[in-house]
Amino acid sequence: MLLVVEQFLNGLQFGLLLFLLAAGLTLVFGIMDFVNLAHGSLYMMGAYFAATFVMWTGNFIIGVLLALGATLLLGIVLEFAALRHLYGRDHLDHVLATFGLILFFNDAVRLIWGPAGLTLPLPAWLTVPIAIMPGVYYPAYRLAIIVVALAVALMLYLVVMRTRVGMLIRAGASNREMIGALGVNIKLLYTLVFGLGAALAGLAGLMQAPILTVQIGMGENILILAFVIIVIGGIGSIRGAFLAAIFVGMIDTLGRAFLPDLLRQMLSSTAASTAAPALSSMLIYLLMAMVLVVRPEGLFPASRR
Amino acid sequence: MADPLLRVENLVRRFGGILATDNVSLDVAKGELHAIIGPNGAGKTTLISQLTGHLLPHAGTIRLAGADITHVPAYRRCALGLARSFQITSLLLEFTALDNVALAAQANDGHSFRFWGNARKESHLRQSALAALDRVGLANRADVLVSELSHGEQRELELAVALATKPQLLLLDEPMAGLGATESGRMVKLLQELRREVTIVLVEHDMDAVFALADRISVLVYGRVIASDEPAAIRQNAEVRRAYLGEQHAVTRHG
Amino acid sequence: MTASLNARNVTAALVAAGLLLLPLYTSASGNVFALTLFTRIVIFALAAVSLNLIMGYGGMMSFGHAAYLGIGGYAVGILAQEGVGSALIQWPMALAASALFALAVGALSLRTRGVYFIMITLAFAQMAYYVASGLARYGGDDGLTIYKRSDFGGLIDLSSRVQFYYLCLGCLFGGIYLVWRIVNSRFGMVVQGLRSNEQRMQAIGFPANRYRLVCFVIAGTMCGLAGALLANNTDFISPATMYWTRSGDLMVMVILGGMGSLFGPVIGTIAFLVLEEFLSQVTEYWALIMGPLLLLIVLFGRGGIDGLLGRLRRG
Repeated sequence: MLLVVEQFLNGLQFGLLLFLLAAGLTLVFGIMDFVNLAHGSLYMMGAYFAATFVMWTGNFIIGVLLALGATLLLGIVLEFAALRHLYGRDHLDHVLATFGLILFFNDAVRLIWGPAGLTLPLPAWLTVPIAIMPGVYYPAYRLAIIVVALAVALMLYLVVMRTRVGMLIRAGASNREMIGALGVNIKLLYTLVFGLGAALAGLAGLMQAPILTVQIGMGENILILAFVIIVIGGIGSIRGAFLAAIFVGMIDTLGRAFLPDLLRQMLSSTAASTAAPALSSMLIYLLMAMVLVVRPEGLFPASRR
Repeated sequence: MADPLLRVENLVRRFGGILATDNVSLDVAKGELHAIIGPNGAGKTTLISQLTGHLLPHAGTIRLAGADITHVPAYRRCALGLARSFQITSLLLEFTALDNVALAAQANDGHSFRFWGNARKESHLRQSALAALDRVGLANRADVLVSELSHGEQRELELAVALATKPQLLLLDEPMAGLGATESGRMVKLLQELRREVTIVLVEHDMDAVFALADRISVLVYGRVIASDEPAAIRQNAEVRRAYLGEQHAVTRHG
Repeated sequence: MTASLNARNVTAALVAAGLLLLPLYTSASGNVFALTLFTRIVIFALAAVSLNLIMGYGGMMSFGHAAYLGIGGYAVGILAQEGVGSALIQWPMALAASALFALAVGALSLRTRGVYFIMITLAFAQMAYYVASGLARYGGDDGLTIYKRSDFGGLIDLSSRVQFYYLCLGCLFGGIYLVWRIVNSRFGMVVQGLRSNEQRMQAIGFPANRYRLVCFVIAGTMCGLAGALLANNTDFISPATMYWTRSGDLMVMVILGGMGSLFGPVIGTIAFLVLEEFLSQVTEYWALIMGPLLLLIVLFGRGGIDGLLGRLRRG
């Protein structure tokens, strides 16, 4: 029972993290019609920045905030220098160009930080377990991730659905000529949206950093998961991304937690421990395949064409 | 009267709360040129899309030569003898005019799971394609890329492609759209010739063309057929005049 | 189309002749390394040629093509591990397994279009990657060493570098010939027509996805052959062969050479792998140069090398 609650929360936490990543991806795709494979690199950079700035400043919160700003800046520079010239081009061009960026970022990180991974130690106040129910303790840091991610999700929802900027974002998704004609500085809007996406990816990366090792290529597997999520949710849909992310996070976490025991009843224990993570990873793709069979445009297709 | 070639009965199609096709029934006899007119937003394109199978109706039936094709997928209706042209030109732009028509002839010549022989060297495909091109007056443009043809030529090519599938029934969705006066005249003349060979359903805004060509006219307003009769009777029909005439002048010029 | 003397055809002929004569040079100069490098290049070129069939001619942007390399490779590796060494069993199995996987992936993915298709094919390839990582009996994450190359019963000796090279080259040329026949056939016309305008093709009576699916399976099978060759070349197969960046590499090779050109993918593969080799000798951080180079190619060099050669001719 205790284990179930804990794994359930882990799944929620991972799902919310995935949402942060997927939200940026789906915003950038929905609004600029741009496929950004390098989104995972921004996630990685967020983690590396956080590890570095926390070490330099010696303060977790300041370091993390600096890292967030740095990823935002990096995203804006990237958009301004290169990617904005690719809007309106074929998706294949996007894939190719941002694939090049992944190669670049991986080696750049290797050059600057070296091939070995980094760790981001947590301050003491975040390591205490907190009683969430009588007798059920959960690490404060993971709880903090859940709270922060939920707050960001709510903020994102309010910005997109309730504000003037959000209205422009939604209008941009459906009618870019019109908002160009309205005299809105669409280039600036695009740069801001891209920066926001980068910051969200960075936030996901830096929050994940204390849990996993900060290493080269850490953004790649999780990027594919984010892709799966936005495909399941319907490209361009924040709501779809949220639901799909929670779903995928749960399946992945619960699968990893409980499949080995299940499998051990059928297979030898070494075979089971190799097969279980593979199987739980596969479950996600099976889910995606099933969704696509029923709804080829995802659960919440953005209504545009 | 013998069985009509096309019989539409009680067709219904909704979009959300809007009835885009409201209980439409329609008969098209073999050899007839049947025009469908109506103001913008009357549901002409929705109706055509259901006839071609690009949209499925929510109720009602469509029969072609007696066979129920209501739920037959679009690509198979072509083999049953139903060909269409598109309102907005839809061709293979980076292929030559001849290739476009030859593909239509190929579609009509069994399956295309043939991986080895050079399709451009199959003389019977090329010849029937050339014949169709010749039919619309494009034989001398056979080897020109479609992207380099004029708009008028592309409209004619659309017809050649449809003809190459050897249809019993030709659905023409605004073949005059975007044509200048001379080109329109040529298109009307072409349709005058074609109507002797094939049954035609014509959706068109150009009223001069419609009244010059049609044997019968159905008037569609708000998704309903309010009249279906010979041109002379349609001109006299009070309901049609009420629903339509106010707009007719603008529409005529528009063509 | 008639073969005329232009920059494109001359380059293709020169490259083909160069590939044919390469072993003469390497045995004369004793430069074994060049032969090793070019064996790898020829194998990847076959994979790129197969990807070009669906991507360049069919308009299907598959981002999971490396999966077939892995499946073809694992078919050889697993059979070798289980004591079945004959190529007459290994290779048909490699092709059949790739074809089956392509059939399943294609049937599901072709329901989608555009960027969805790119991501779905990517995701299915990742699934294959995880399956391979989960095969504890066959090395799991660490991969599987192949102790004995496929046995052609004395006909060809795969442990001879030169014979193996020529086998790979034969497969590549065979693959190019096959693609050439296909794209000019009735089937190829339909597939290219679908790339150009699906709505029109449906209207004249072609069931789009049936043709696309068959094309997808042909390409997957051909890439499975490249996988069988690759496993024999490295005497090793691991999940990393199927990792998504490998699929990205293949896409880059095709686009670099020029999509929808018969010989373009070969030139693209040579350019990509030689550059990679060259840069990695200059610096350990070769991707630091390669990455931005790709970006620049996308920004400024449209149509790949083949497009460049085409423009040369027109002046």
